[in-house]
Amino acid sequence: MTKISLELGSGGRLMRDFISGKVVPLFKNPILSELHDAAHLPGGLALTTDSYTVDPLFFPGGDIGSLCINGTVNDLVVSGARPAYLTLSLIIEEGFELEQLEKILQSIKRTARKNSVEIVTGDTKVVPQGQGGKIYINTAGVGRLLGRPQPRKIKPGDKILVTGEIGEHGLAIMLSRNNFPLVSGVKSDCAPLLFLLPLWTQGALWMRDITRGGLATVLAELAQTISYPLLVEEDKIPYSTRLQGAVEILGIDPLYLACEGRALIVAPARKAELILKRLRSNPRGRKAAIIGEVQTKTGQPGETLLKTSTGGLRLLEPLTSELLPRIC
Amino acid sequence: MTGSVSHRTPFSDWRTRETTEHLLRAIEAETRHLPAALKLMEVCGTHTMALHRSGLKPRLREAGIELISGPGCPVCITPDYYHEAVIDLLTTRNDIIVCTFGDLTRVPTRKGSLQTVVPQPGSRLKIVYSPEEAVQEARSQPDKQVIFFGAGFETTIPGITFTVKTATELNLKNYSLLTAFWLIPPALKAIIESGELAINGFIYPGHVSVIIGEKPYAFIAEKYHLPGAISGFEPADILLGVLSVVRQIRSGKPLVANEYQRVVKPQGNPQALALMEKYLSKTPADWRGLGIIPDSGLKLKPDYSAFDALKKFSLKLKPGQAGKTACRCGEVLKGLIDPGNCPLFGRQCRPDSPQGPCMVSYEGACLIEYKFSGAKDHD
Repeated sequence: MTKISLELGSGGRLMRDFISGKVVPLFKNPILSELHDAAHLPGGLALTTDSYTVDPLFFPGGDIGSLCINGTVNDLVVSGARPAYLTLSLIIEEGFELEQLEKILQSIKRTARKNSVEIVTGDTKVVPQGQGGKIYINTAGVGRLLGRPQPRKIKPGDKILVTGEIGEHGLAIMLSRNNFPLVSGVKSDCAPLLFLLPLWTQGALWMRDITRGGLATVLAELAQTISYPLLVEEDKIPYSTRLQGAVEILGIDPLYLACEGRALIVAPARKAELILKRLRSNPRGRKAAIIGEVQTKTGQPGETLLKTSTGGLRLLEPLTSELLPRIC
Repeated sequence: MTGSVSHRTPFSDWRTRETTEHLLRAIEAETRHLPAALKLMEVCGTHTMALHRSGLKPRLREAGIELISGPGCPVCITPDYYHEAVIDLLTTRNDIIVCTFGDLTRVPTRKGSLQTVVPQPGSRLKIVYSPEEAVQEARSQPDKQVIFFGAGFETTIPGITFTVKTATELNLKNYSLLTAFWLIPPALKAIIESGELAINGFIYPGHVSVIIGEKPYAFIAEKYHLPGAISGFEPADILLGVLSVVRQIRSGKPLVANEYQRVVKPQGNPQALALMEKYLSKTPADWRGLGIIPDSGLKLKPDYSAFDALKKFSLKLKPGQAGKTACRCGEVLKGLIDPGNCPLFGRQCRPDSPQGPCMVSYEGACLIEYKFSGAKDHD
């Protein structure tokens, strides 16, 4: 690779190789090397940053404004921290409609309020027409640590949970980007994961929000973090019926569709049922499910296996290239 | 009945473990009496995908069935020089909009891929999901030349060709097709006659058969005495097809069984066939890996040359100049080797750095093998 390709940003192997090969070694320090969604700072603080670019800017179920707050809030939550303060940087392309900008700012305000976070500093830049995609947003967030992901404590028999139906965000974006008149009512799952915070003191060992690359990619990352293989069951993964119909037509594997308000959780077997009950008692977690288990017998360390509905075993690889609907 | 709408999983009946197990046992009961494992070719890339996705391949192997992937991936068998001709247009002219299907844009050629080349200002590439979108693009961009680059089998040929009818009715002068149209039955004949592969039978492609029906495969049973079954794409569909072929082998009566009757009619789709007949004529076609096969392609008839991008832009398709690489997509497409036997597989050739089309297409045997069978990085 001599030039940056779009695929580098799609959250797959290429990006991980780039980060671990070209970025981390340069800035090497113990905090960075943890490679959490947020950095754990001395003094019980967590810090994270994320940049947001999405086409279209407004999509069913959300917009770049709600995305840039929920995304950063969720990164803090899955790192064990209660989000408190956020920064907001706007990079706007010359000629962008003020009305749209105001709509986005209103959405940011609403979402921040819903998450009880304050936007405390920010920056605005304007780039010449043609040099930016309408608007890019960066937010950074700090929060206070309530718990700590403990990947080293994960052992065979521990349960793997998802907090809700997967893939809706990726599908909503794909459908609205391409003006598909195909399926109606698919909405982004873009939402805050604050309701997961109490789980840090109720036995959760590890959490990760399922974003680009979808469930399969997060599972693959988890498998590579711990020294045991994972086994998940296709029949237990929650999908909406709407999504199942759409992915059949588009020929897309829903395991690789992005979410923006779902997480994967690992918990010890004896605590998993309680955590599931807690999740389901929240409207955002009503469809939560235990989808699999950390293994010793099946598979090799680092592998994620999917037990298919038909009873076969399939290896789940992380996302390697952007999702495009198929030819036939 | 309560009259309420049930929210069943789509295709759930065709995917249950019970059905699968039942069919696998039935297959095993037949193969038990055979001296060696059977080699069947699943012609269609969507079958290859379904087999891996459901984890059926190892189960079938246990049941005495070895499935070999066939040439049924349009992206894979379209030679590089089609892409290169399109790349030339985009990089030399400033009034071109090329519309095409997503996975065609990533095929690597000596000139890059459609996705990596930088078009002249004023020209661009647009990924579409339906050929109709290309016609709409031509309508809304009257000062541009819109070309639909359509690669496909009988499945997609009618839909692509229909745009010529629409464009004629709309009197569009700025719309044309670059056709890479391939026909499945002549390719199967070529594979059988090459004698390179010992195949015991075929799983015929369900989508293609929706259009062409049963009859075009009849020669395979009659002349070459090879059994076959048209199959759908759910696990149970494929297993039904395999079971049918195995039973044909045991009874010594090869035929063209239709195990996808809920969708495939014996006569196919007469409207689609009539459309193809009206607009297209047969031509020898160059398949990657298989070479030139007589009457295995379709092109626009001279009456419609105003819509033929080849003529309109005097495009030169230059066969036989593909760069020399160690890529063995050709042999993979013929079913001669497994993807893992290619020296590039999993090393230089990976989904994020494909060296050949079989690693690009979602129906490509190499990509499917890589994604579902856990190819490990070798370097």
